[in-house]
Amino acid sequence: MSLRLAYYPGCTLKTNARNYEASAIASSKALGIELVELPRWNCCGTVHALAKDDVMHYIAPVRNLIRVEQLKNSGLVDDGRLVTLCEMCYNTLKRADVTVKEDQERRRKLREVMEEEPPYSGGGVEVIHLLQLIREVGWERVKKRLVRPLRGLRVAPYYGCLLLRPRGIGIDDANNPTIFERLIESLGAEVVEIPFKAKCCGSYQTVHMGHVASELSYRILRQAVEGGADVITLACPLCEYNLGERQGEIRGLFPDLKYIPVLYFTQLMALAFGLEDSVGLEMNNPDPRPLLRRKGFP
Amino acid sequence: MMNSKNVLDSVPEEIEMALGVSRQSYRYGAESIVFKARVEELSGQNINLCYQCGACSSGCPLSKEMDLLPSKVIRLVQLGREDPLYSRTIWICSTCFECEVRCPRGIDIASVMEALRQIMLRRKYSEVRLESIDPEKLRGLPQIALISNLRKLMA
Repeated sequence: MSLRLAYYPGCTLKTNARNYEASAIASSKALGIELVELPRWNCCGTVHALAKDDVMHYIAPVRNLIRVEQLKNSGLVDDGRLVTLCEMCYNTLKRADVTVKEDQERRRKLREVMEEEPPYSGGGVEVIHLLQLIREVGWERVKKRLVRPLRGLRVAPYYGCLLLRPRGIGIDDANNPTIFERLIESLGAEVVEIPFKAKCCGSYQTVHMGHVASELSYRILRQAVEGGADVITLACPLCEYNLGERQGEIRGLFPDLKYIPVLYFTQLMALAFGLEDSVGLEMNNPDPRPLLRRKGFP
Repeated sequence: MMNSKNVLDSVPEEIEMALGVSRQSYRYGAESIVFKARVEELSGQNINLCYQCGACSSGCPLSKEMDLLPSKVIRLVQLGREDPLYSRTIWICSTCFECEVRCPRGIDIASVMEALRQIMLRRKYSEVRLESIDPEKLRGLPQIALISNLRKLMA
């Protein structure tokens, strides 16, 4: 009997990061978790509204949380947890929940403007990231499920920002995170530590300050290459865009950089679990397939 | 409302140069108190807690691009000076929360940056406009990049 949990995809998981979604659903299933897509989900807002008088930007994330409560009440999922994949969705939804719970004034205002929705008091939904769920399921179960351990593959984990920060929201110790390392080891691969594994990749500044984002991403990529990593793994579609998709552009500015493939952690899982149909490597840029074939993976 | 008074003459030139800020913003009195209170209200942070250790500035991955270091921004707000509003710093900050986890005084500096941005955005200043983005680039951008960028930087 598998565990059925509500799952929030978010915008980019349906377009540029379809490989992230497909590999996450397939590998979760292999671990006995059925991700049930949240009905009628809407944009989470991507960035948390930090201004203390902001109410408007809570409507979108809170509406999603209300949908989770409704889904829970309908009995289609087993508990009130909401699984997210994108780091920005995780951060926005989690922080919206915390704010609604703690800030009485804003909770009251939100109820006023969302009068057609059932009231949400905060705390009814637990927003989690898939990595947390896998940690809870246990590394042993991951190891048991291995069909093709990733032996000989050197993987540099890149956490990004919002998986670890801010305080109280991050899923692991902000200064010394280990959750990615544990997963990589459980998959049979070798961990390559990079000093900048939690430094910003340039985030949304990539839109209008491409050179700044390129420089930040370059430092991260170069550390991984120099550390002898074969691939970088991460959990955020925006980091993937900055580190992967834009690698050609970065190489234009820094020609000494060698190409290094960037994979979502779920793709590594799907690969190790023998779920080739769901890995979606053809969407990754730079193409990781030649390297993986050299390493003996199909 | 009290008239803001220019106390330029009483500020030694070397201090002004050290701060590296424009001459026009030396003000004191009600105006500076109102500005500081507004930043504290919008950010929910107690600015006075900062003792200028510089941990935020040393950890900031983007400080190289900034004209005012994050710790300087905090100091200027403590003094009630509006200079940070007109700095590049508040728009270069990518809200990565590196400063937030480093601050030994527990100040969420990223929220202070947001408060400063909000003051400008609510005056209808836009750092980025949709029409200024190259259409070719726009097509290749994932939604997550575009939406977060415009949410942060467009009035």
